[in-house]
Amino acid sequence: MSVLQVDNVVSGYGSMEVLHDLSLAVGQGEIVAMLGPNGAGKTTLLRTIFGVVPPWSGTITYKGEDISGVPPERLVRMGLAYIPQEYNIFASLTVQENLEMGAFIRDDDIHPRIEEIFELFPDIAERRKSRAGELSGGMRQMLAIGRALMLNPELLLMDEISTGLAPFLVDAIFERVKELNDQGVTILLVEQNAPKALQTSDRVYIIEGGEKKAEGNPEAIAADEEIARLYLGRS
Amino acid sequence: MGIAAQLLVNGLIAGGTYALAAIGYSMVYGALKFINFAHGSIAMVGAYIAFVLFSLGGIPIIPAFLLSMALTALLGVLVERLAYRPLRASPKLASLTTSVAVSFALDASVMMLLGAEIRSFRLPMQRTFQIGPVYLTLVQTVIIACSFAFMFGLYFLLTFTKLGKSIRAIADDLLLAEISGINGNLVIAAVFAIGSALAAAAGVLIGMETNLQPTMGFMITVKAFAAVVLGGLGNVYGAILGGFIIGIVENLGAWYISPVWKDSIAYVILILVLFVRPAGLLGKPEDATVV
Ligand SMILES: Nc1ncnc2c1ncn2[C@@H]1O[C@H](COP(=O)(O)OP(=O)(O)OP(=O)(O)O)[C@@H](O)[C@H]1O
Ligand SMILES: [Mg+2]
Repeated sequence: MSVLQVDNVVSGYGSMEVLHDLSLAVGQGEIVAMLGPNGAGKTTLLRTIFGVVPPWSGTITYKGEDISGVPPERLVRMGLAYIPQEYNIFASLTVQENLEMGAFIRDDDIHPRIEEIFELFPDIAERRKSRAGELSGGMRQMLAIGRALMLNPELLLMDEISTGLAPFLVDAIFERVKELNDQGVTILLVEQNAPKALQTSDRVYIIEGGEKKAEGNPEAIAADEEIARLYLGRS
Repeated sequence: MGIAAQLLVNGLIAGGTYALAAIGYSMVYGALKFINFAHGSIAMVGAYIAFVLFSLGGIPIIPAFLLSMALTALLGVLVERLAYRPLRASPKLASLTTSVAVSFALDASVMMLLGAEIRSFRLPMQRTFQIGPVYLTLVQTVIIACSFAFMFGLYFLLTFTKLGKSIRAIADDLLLAEISGINGNLVIAAVFAIGSALAAAAGVLIGMETNLQPTMGFMITVKAFAAVVLGGLGNVYGAILGGFIIGIVENLGAWYISPVWKDSIAYVILILVLFVRPAGLLGKPEDATVV
């Protein structure tokens, strides 16, 4: 059974339709990657799933329950988490406070969980009292992931977490993504770095112009000259 | 020397009330990124609630004061719910314009209910203390104590409590806060409640030190607005600093230059500072361009 199912979703901003009848599914325990050129609508799809942009039509189901248009605050309680593409940390809060906000809905003691996150990302542990805005790009992304993990989500949506990072940091981040997945977290991620995404994911969707252009396992997608030329910016 | 010390203390007293009023301005700007011009009138309503309870209702001044803060907090929450929330997705100019309308509506309501005449608390406690060369009335001592107590309380709230951290989180990024599971509407309501309660405190203290008039909100708005911009939009501590600077400079200026200029001095300072630091004393540069 799919954890997440997106069926015939149409959505956009104001009167501009961005997603045209888009469908996709993410199975239990999968890492699914969404690839596609700038402006394809990848971010818009994640926003629509997470209740930030209301769907115009179509349905989104999470573990069999219709979550179309359900506000983020409720989705968080249902086990979803979302790392937006930009502005994914509270720059004026400290590192530790960022993590605390990630567990805002919990009323019990969250400090053990904060320490677990710091064990996962030791670099940011040393900066726990620093303002998040002072962190380097790589540490910001680690903090963004840490915030999203605070509630032990079952499904994690990640939007271009590796963009702008040095290759060794990209590798480090994707290693963490793999580890999380091994621990049972289902992941839907958007990536600019096609080789990395193909290497990490179990399944891939190619999105362009708000439509699904292809889907398949990474090997098949990677082997498809046509897809590579048209959508992945290779020739 | 003696006179300078006295002026400084007088400035501190005025500045304390400006700072209390400015906090709500700053917090609402932080949360919703618009300037709530009704805030001074909210303070005025707070002053009148305490006046009605105390002078007409016979309730002792301390419970009247606290009750006025609670009721004004409720009023602030109501104003947000009815006037500002429907406009949240609209351009900020819509909220700003609405806040001017709310301000007029509040002024007119109080004028209709209680008349336009000047009122006074007539507090029977005009005892005077002397500390070195400085004279203070009991009311003035209360003003200084209250404003520092409330500001310390606010610092504690924002720094150490979950609610306070979530207030800072939504001011930083409302969308990310909601994505994190924070109920934005609830936190915004809390911002209006706290800001309005402190405005009520400012209104009551100003009313005790001087008197009450339905139009007093405008003067509070003028001073608090200057304090907020001087200190840096959206930075609560900047607003407090701005309030004190304006209170002190005003009192010094009124004495050494001319009392006629008292109310303009705040703006002269403000303009001078904005030339050098467009974002205000403690503000972030990116907020300088936002209306
Ligand atoms: N907040 C917004 N308001 C209006 N239009 C928007 C908004 N955000 C995105 N768009 C438009 O929607 C379309 C899809 O954008 P989206 O951000 O979903 O693309 P993307 O695939 O995530 O691109 P990128 O790889 O650059 O992140 C684009 O044409 C974009 O200009
Ligand atoms: Mg995007």
